[in-house]
Amino acid sequence: MPVDLSSPADYALVMLPEIVLSAWAMFILLLDVFQKGSRSEPSSSSMPWLTLGGVVLAVIANAWIAGLQETGPAGMIAVDGFRIFVNFVFLLAAGMFVLISTRYIDEENLRLGELYVLILFATVGMMVFAGARDLMVMFIGLELMSLPIYVLTGINRRDRRGAEGALKYFLLGAFSSAFFLFGIALAYGGAGSTNLQEIALAIGVDGIGASTLLVVATALLAVGFGFKVAAVPFHMWTPDAYEGAPAPVTAFMAAGIKAAAFAGFIRVFFTAFPDLYGTWDAIAIWLAIITMASANLIALVQGNVKRMLAYSSIAHAGYLLVALAAASVLGAASFLFYSVTYTLMTMGAFGVMMVVAQRGEERLDLDAYSGLAWRRPLLGVVMTIFLLSLAGFPFTGGFIGKVFILRAAVERGLVLLAVVLVMASLISYFYYLRVAWYMWFREPDERTSDPPALAPGMMVALVFAAVGVVLLGVLPGALLELAERSAAGMLQIPAGLTRFVP
Amino acid sequence: MQMIGGMDLTTMSLALSAILFSIGVVGVIVRRNAIILFLCIELMLNAVNLAFVAFSRTAGVDGQIFVFFVMTVAAAEAAVGLALVIAIFRHVESVDMKNFNLLRW
Repeated sequence: MPVDLSSPADYALVMLPEIVLSAWAMFILLLDVFQKGSRSEPSSSSMPWLTLGGVVLAVIANAWIAGLQETGPAGMIAVDGFRIFVNFVFLLAAGMFVLISTRYIDEENLRLGELYVLILFATVGMMVFAGARDLMVMFIGLELMSLPIYVLTGINRRDRRGAEGALKYFLLGAFSSAFFLFGIALAYGGAGSTNLQEIALAIGVDGIGASTLLVVATALLAVGFGFKVAAVPFHMWTPDAYEGAPAPVTAFMAAGIKAAAFAGFIRVFFTAFPDLYGTWDAIAIWLAIITMASANLIALVQGNVKRMLAYSSIAHAGYLLVALAAASVLGAASFLFYSVTYTLMTMGAFGVMMVVAQRGEERLDLDAYSGLAWRRPLLGVVMTIFLLSLAGFPFTGGFIGKVFILRAAVERGLVLLAVVLVMASLISYFYYLRVAWYMWFREPDERTSDPPALAPGMMVALVFAAVGVVLLGVLPGALLELAERSAAGMLQIPAGLTRFVP
Repeated sequence: MQMIGGMDLTTMSLALSAILFSIGVVGVIVRRNAIILFLCIELMLNAVNLAFVAFSRTAGVDGQIFVFFVMTVAAAEAAVGLALVIAIFRHVESVDMKNFNLLRW
């Protein structure tokens, strides 16, 4: 079906997944208010399933927009495979959140309708952020995904750590969005437009490629994105926010926000500033090296598993920055593939961590994992799969993803980055496999109590994620091909715009 | 073009915007009071607003519209940010960052 983005009515078609999801979120917000007799009453237990219903509806809408063809000039939102692909990843993260969080929310007395509403709004924000083809729309998406997450970090108001993590996250997040916004202003001044395609056009045609305004703009935008993806000099908020937030929210942040931030990072730098590659490649390369090296080294000494997973998520930002530095279709495709495996394995690992931590997140230490695999074989096996995949062991999705990123880097001639990536992965084996070693080869001490039986949603999510990770490792072909096609779609220039080819 | 002191108005506004932005950045780095930090961030956002308006002299009216977007977002951010400050004040009875030490940096 052809759509023309010069007519406002067609935006309603193009943005159908976002519209469906926000309408559904408002609907359950109202439903929750009318259902509750008083303010202090917990929300209905059907809330998670209603949320899941909304996610499924958005998945259907997202599959439907794949059939749209753009005919007019470039609009404010992209209609390409890249956007549709990452939308599926965000919806996967939202769905996994609902499944792994049910028991946790009951135990911590967090049965609040707004929790689910905020998750849905944050998902809408991610979709807008990653799909925008205009820097200003992107800024709105950035705030729409960040503000609900600040609130969700501190949603457990009885927990001081949550409030602390939320405030630190908020202050640094707002600080970084100011940098992002200044970058937008300079790009607007330098290129005369905030549309990504028009910026690329202005840089190419006018030969203002080296314009100081635009070079400073790329640097400021990179700082803003660097904070959001938690690359190393800008990662200070990450361990605190991840440790302070309720565990399911942490999982959602680690998977969804990171994927969204990277999708935006890649879209802006690949479609608006490809001709400035010579000036921003150094930023991407050094961010990647510092992030991979330091995050893996700090993760080595973490005794707290939640904090270890936080640093692991920073380390993975480093691997994805390598894909960014490659600046090619292959780089974007490897990001897409990695984002799927990363979402599955990270949310799975956080899920197991939540089960082991038990009520009140008491047991976040390594000792809680002693002998877990023998006491609870299912948990032990799936956690081992997630850990091996996070480390990048062959026959897991994580391995294929890393190989794909390496290929993109080597093809671009970034051999140093490839070497650092391999070394960093080798270091990461140590801290991931330490948890696995505790699970299989350590005798439990007297303090270790058995975690409770799994809730059905958690069981489904863990098995689904583990099977997915293994399948992607053994039979990655179909998804790899889809990722490459989707990435190529992003770099295709829509009709109505002729682009300068260097 | 209006020239004041050898600079045209756009350049001067941009210089002012960059100075205000830098004051905000320095404030966030050196101050330890959560409310002051927040005000410094607001200063940074408004410095950007000034840049948008300055650029709109040459790049078209869009820049002035963006200012409204930014103001709206800043208001939403203020609502969430002050709520979070209140939430932590209930636990710690302080808004000084040096007292928020349960989590290591």
